[in-house]
Amino acid sequence: MFIHKSSAFRHAALACLFLGMSQAASAFTVCQVTDTGGIDDNSFNQTAWKGVLDAKEQFGIEGRFLESQAETDYEANLNSLIEGDCDLIVTVGFLLGDATQKAALDNPDQRFSIVDFAYDPVVPNILGQVYATDEAAFLAGYLAAGMSQTKILGVFGGINIPPVTIFMDGFVRGADYYNEQKGDSVSVLGWSIETREGLFTNNFDSLDDGRAFAQNLYDEGADIVLPVAGPVGLGSAALADELGIEKLKIIGVDADLYLTDPEKRHVYLTSIMKRMDATVLKTIEMARNDTFEGGVLVGALANGGVDLAPFHDMEALVPESLKSELAEIRAGIIEGRIKVAP
Amino acid sequence: MNETQQTMSLNHLLKAQRGGRSRFEDLVVVPIFAVIVALILGALIMLATNVEPARIAQSYVALLEGSVGSLNAVSETLTAAAPLVLAGLGLALGFRAGLFNIGAEGQILMGGMAAVVVGFSFSSLSPMALLPLSLLAGALAGALYASIAGALRAATGAHEVITTIMLNLISYRLLDYMLRLPSVQKEGRADPISKSVPEAAELPRLLSAIDPNLRVHAGVFLVLLAVVVVYWILFRSKIGFEFRASGENAEAARFAGIRSGIVIVAAMATAGALAGLAGANQVLGVLGRATPGFSAGIGFDAIAVALLGRSHPVGVLLAGLLFGALEAGGRQMQVDAGVSIDLIGIIQALIIVFIAAPLLVRAIFPWGFRKTTGREG
Repeated sequence: MFIHKSSAFRHAALACLFLGMSQAASAFTVCQVTDTGGIDDNSFNQTAWKGVLDAKEQFGIEGRFLESQAETDYEANLNSLIEGDCDLIVTVGFLLGDATQKAALDNPDQRFSIVDFAYDPVVPNILGQVYATDEAAFLAGYLAAGMSQTKILGVFGGINIPPVTIFMDGFVRGADYYNEQKGDSVSVLGWSIETREGLFTNNFDSLDDGRAFAQNLYDEGADIVLPVAGPVGLGSAALADELGIEKLKIIGVDADLYLTDPEKRHVYLTSIMKRMDATVLKTIEMARNDTFEGGVLVGALANGGVDLAPFHDMEALVPESLKSELAEIRAGIIEGRIKVAP
Repeated sequence: MNETQQTMSLNHLLKAQRGGRSRFEDLVVVPIFAVIVALILGALIMLATNVEPARIAQSYVALLEGSVGSLNAVSETLTAAAPLVLAGLGLALGFRAGLFNIGAEGQILMGGMAAVVVGFSFSSLSPMALLPLSLLAGALAGALYASIAGALRAATGAHEVITTIMLNLISYRLLDYMLRLPSVQKEGRADPISKSVPEAAELPRLLSAIDPNLRVHAGVFLVLLAVVVVYWILFRSKIGFEFRASGENAEAARFAGIRSGIVIVAAMATAGALAGLAGANQVLGVLGRATPGFSAGIGFDAIAVALLGRSHPVGVLLAGLLFGALEAGGRQMQVDAGVSIDLIGIIQALIIVFIAAPLLVRAIFPWGFRKTTGREG
């Protein structure tokens, strides 16, 4: 044990040296605070972090992150980053909205950007990144309605907050649009646009909940389920994997889960991609060449900020007619002919 | 009664004399070694997960820096320690009375919720009235919630471990429900989140004049006061003696004329009041509102704090500071060295394992202890 202790001291001395060196280099540093769920959630936090990694590769910047383990960590985490020398602090998630605003007002010289929150009035040192997710979710709803054998779709969310329910709104409206066009009667369980009530796990980290909620929806007849709850959806994917994709298919969110969840990739019909990596990268670029200012950056179908992922292995299962209809609707949404929200 | 008390304390003194160094070893030496072993094992775990030795050292330097290395670090350590000590004191008091209360988490939630509701409901009151009122509401709600388990134990013999765990589960859903009541929920939000606490009900931040990022707040005085009060209750008051007597031997205490039912309910209520204060401390000092997960596992960490502190108020204070330091330093560790903050959870757990197994620590560090182990029971 003595040996371990003395060698630890030697390493401590080494580390001091190392620290000194890294500070001397002082590259442009981006620091990210994740929401609960972890940086490796295959979904929400991971996609936003990918933006920093991409910037690392393209611009040679430094990137650091701090995981929030509970909501109580937000302020503390921001605090420990303000201590360090971050040129830009990116917070990931609607729930960090208040903490980010407070930190930004207390530290007017520090630049912040937040995913999923827009401030009104604008805070001069925060750039909010928001997404017209309902545009891509509308396409997913139309697709799912066209693919369902049971004519029943399922959806559930993490927490009843706007960045989550916007997926559910778009999905339900897409299915409704399908019914309208085809005179069909596909129903969506788990979310009511009118009452703003539905199925919510009330967390973004329990895979068990993801499984249980998907099971409930499946028991009620749904054969395609959209979990909007970050890593919680991985639990739903595990259920689909066991049941087989003839009985249950999953639609991923945030990232293209076919790529980020390779073990269960065969269960994903498609994913509603919210390209946080693209907007984070864009924000970092703006901060680097000093075009950064407070306000809002909107990701939509038109600028590639949101999109529907490829069908990959299910390419052959989706009828050609449905594909061309989707392409038509996609163009319609971009041109403004089709309204995804009233 | 007074006579018994004197005899008891005399016995205690004799025992302490006899136990001498061994008692000191159990209370002080074992915890220190437990922390050291846990840190070394933590380093080995990092090594096993392919973290280079230089980065391991860097992470421990960051752990130190992030916990005591700057004013902000100390402020964060105190902020994290405050609720752990408060809840830990309550649990320690319960342990002394022979009650293994797992329900601090639920009591924190109920206490914090009550403090928030009182805070925004009477926002017109002056800070001099509103802050104490909110704190009192927190303590009362915690005490009442814990008393349920106490009463069940006293009246039916239902074990408090089971009932408090169940009450935790109930409290989560109860909180979800309450946070969505129109009178509680923040305007314009669909997710469960309470209205904000007005400034008059907030525990004032102590150093915000120096730097607005310093979060340490007046709750630290509450903590110190609680340590003194719990010490007095346990070792200087009649009810405290009854707590301890029941804890040592419930049967004997009953034959000595101590009414066990009242003792159980009183001990649970006091523990709940302290946990409720911990919750109030969080919402009034740190968060400014209630959200579903605002207890953040403090109630469970506090069990570890109470155990590490050997159920002694001063021990709990020190253990709480250590856990607060680990939490604050752990964040710095992740920022500076990129080592996951989950490692801190592992180190905390390892500390508890070694505390719970003093013989193991003695076996690892034979030179740290006296050869003849005259341990007391």
